[in-house]
Amino acid sequence: MASNMTLGESLRRRGVSRRGFLKFCAATASMMALPPGSVPALAAALEKARRPSVIWLSFQECTGCAESITRADAPTLEGLIFDYISLDYQHTLMAAAGDAAEAAREAAMHENAGKYLVIVDGSIPVKDDGIYSTIAGMTNLQILKDTAKDAAAIISLGSCAAFGGIPKANPNPTGAVAVSDIVKDKPIINVPGCPPIPVVITGVIAQYLAFGTLPELDVHGRPKAFFGQNIHDRCYRRPFYERGLFAETFDDEGAKAGWCLWKLGCKGPITYNACAVTKWNFGTSFPIQAGHGCIGCSEPDFWDKGGFYEPLAAGTYAPGAGLVSAAAVGVAVGVGSAVLARNSQKALHKEGA
Amino acid sequence: MSLLDFARGPALEWSLLIMVFGIFWRLVGTFLFKGQVYLSKPKGTRFVAAGLRTIATRSWPDERLERTIRFQHYSGYLFHITLFIVIFLFEPHIEFFKWLLGFSWPGLPTNAVTFAAAVTVATLIALGIRRATNPIMKSITNADDWLSWLVTIGPVVTGMMAFAHQNIGIRYEDLLGIHILSVCLLFIWIPFGKLMHMFLLFPGRYQIGEKFEFRGVRA
Repeated sequence: MASNMTLGESLRRRGVSRRGFLKFCAATASMMALPPGSVPALAAALEKARRPSVIWLSFQECTGCAESITRADAPTLEGLIFDYISLDYQHTLMAAAGDAAEAAREAAMHENAGKYLVIVDGSIPVKDDGIYSTIAGMTNLQILKDTAKDAAAIISLGSCAAFGGIPKANPNPTGAVAVSDIVKDKPIINVPGCPPIPVVITGVIAQYLAFGTLPELDVHGRPKAFFGQNIHDRCYRRPFYERGLFAETFDDEGAKAGWCLWKLGCKGPITYNACAVTKWNFGTSFPIQAGHGCIGCSEPDFWDKGGFYEPLAAGTYAPGAGLVSAAAVGVAVGVGSAVLARNSQKALHKEGA
Repeated sequence: MSLLDFARGPALEWSLLIMVFGIFWRLVGTFLFKGQVYLSKPKGTRFVAAGLRTIATRSWPDERLERTIRFQHYSGYLFHITLFIVIFLFEPHIEFFKWLLGFSWPGLPTNAVTFAAAVTVATLIALGIRRATNPIMKSITNADDWLSWLVTIGPVVTGMMAFAHQNIGIRYEDLLGIHILSVCLLFIWIPFGKLMHMFLLFPGRYQIGEKFEFRGVRA
């Protein structure tokens, strides 16, 4: 349950120094594109922040988002911040099970009505009254509506919760939808990605803790600080794109030389995320650096935007048969037109004769 | 469905179908159409040579007219050459043709193509101004010319805007969608307007040469 201990007290109890805490504040402010002058304010606000109750709902998902956020091979300040929230309900991480788990969710909702945060990962099936995914006898749809009712805000974690993701991909057998398709009266922050970058969610939570506000969002409800620029504009391979140097296959000389992966289907130009800046695994690398093009996983309907290995210049369908048919029809109509024209000519000649 | 998804999907598919249908319709209809029947005896005999010669002679200005049509002639050449570079030597465009045709060819660096695109736009604007102000050009210009001018300059401008999206402040995917849609308009208009000259220009000149040979005229 949410405690009255402040973040400052909590961190000091865990042995985090003042210097370390300020470094975290500076890094967070930088990530969120806040001005340098805001660091002391951020630190002061975080120091005094109270532990918020968080209810994490997992619906149609693969647990990759939870893995992304929680997997860490070394304790980090971001991890401590994440520990600091009162995670009152999360299937994968909580000790309670069955009725006790559901009772914990209901208790958290009751005790923190209007103040708790809801994190959702996974899409919500709505076809056939949402029977395709249930927890404790309740459909995901019922649980979301019930839990969102008294929430302060909702964080849609991962592309499934934010946009419907893979469950919504054609032909979408369960009628999967995003959180924002169901909840209309609460602030919703989308943190998409398959999975999302851990530092993005800690940044969003840090801002909420420090200032009690939610970050500025883009057209898809994503924090602009992290999703404001596309991967291509921040990619270290961009100079090769400008010079027209592309890898043609994944093992050719261009690929070995680190040339641009655009021809191999990289979706960096139309994908907004912080991968090229923050990178993954403690800033070690990101997919393009590892030699694979971006698949655009933080964009709506990324699974249905044509092949992952088709370049953006290609259409999203197979053109062959249709064009041959169009040519055949064109030839037939052309022959017909010519025959009609010749008949008219003959008639005119006869009249003239 | 986003604008880009629409552009890369249904819009591209239907515009290509209309273009291919229209091109084959007009080409087959034109080539199978029986031309004017001459009742007199032919005065010449080398019809093929005459046709080929006319293709060549009509490709540069007659020396008696060179001074008056110099600007239009050379800017026309410049425009076509730079447009060729933009369409066929820009790597993303080559990838489009690879998707469409199944084969590709080497391209040029982006900066070189951007320069060619700027020249294309400048030349098209200059030719457009001349068309709008020159009395003779005005008298032979109709809506087809202006529509053809518009659907030609449109994709070049939108393509440059997509390239410079950071400076314009519009999202790249939206500009790319608009660019592809402008190309779709071009595809749809190609068979039905004067842009069909890309297929009929040389056959037309050949036919003129052949006819002049029939009449014993050297041109």
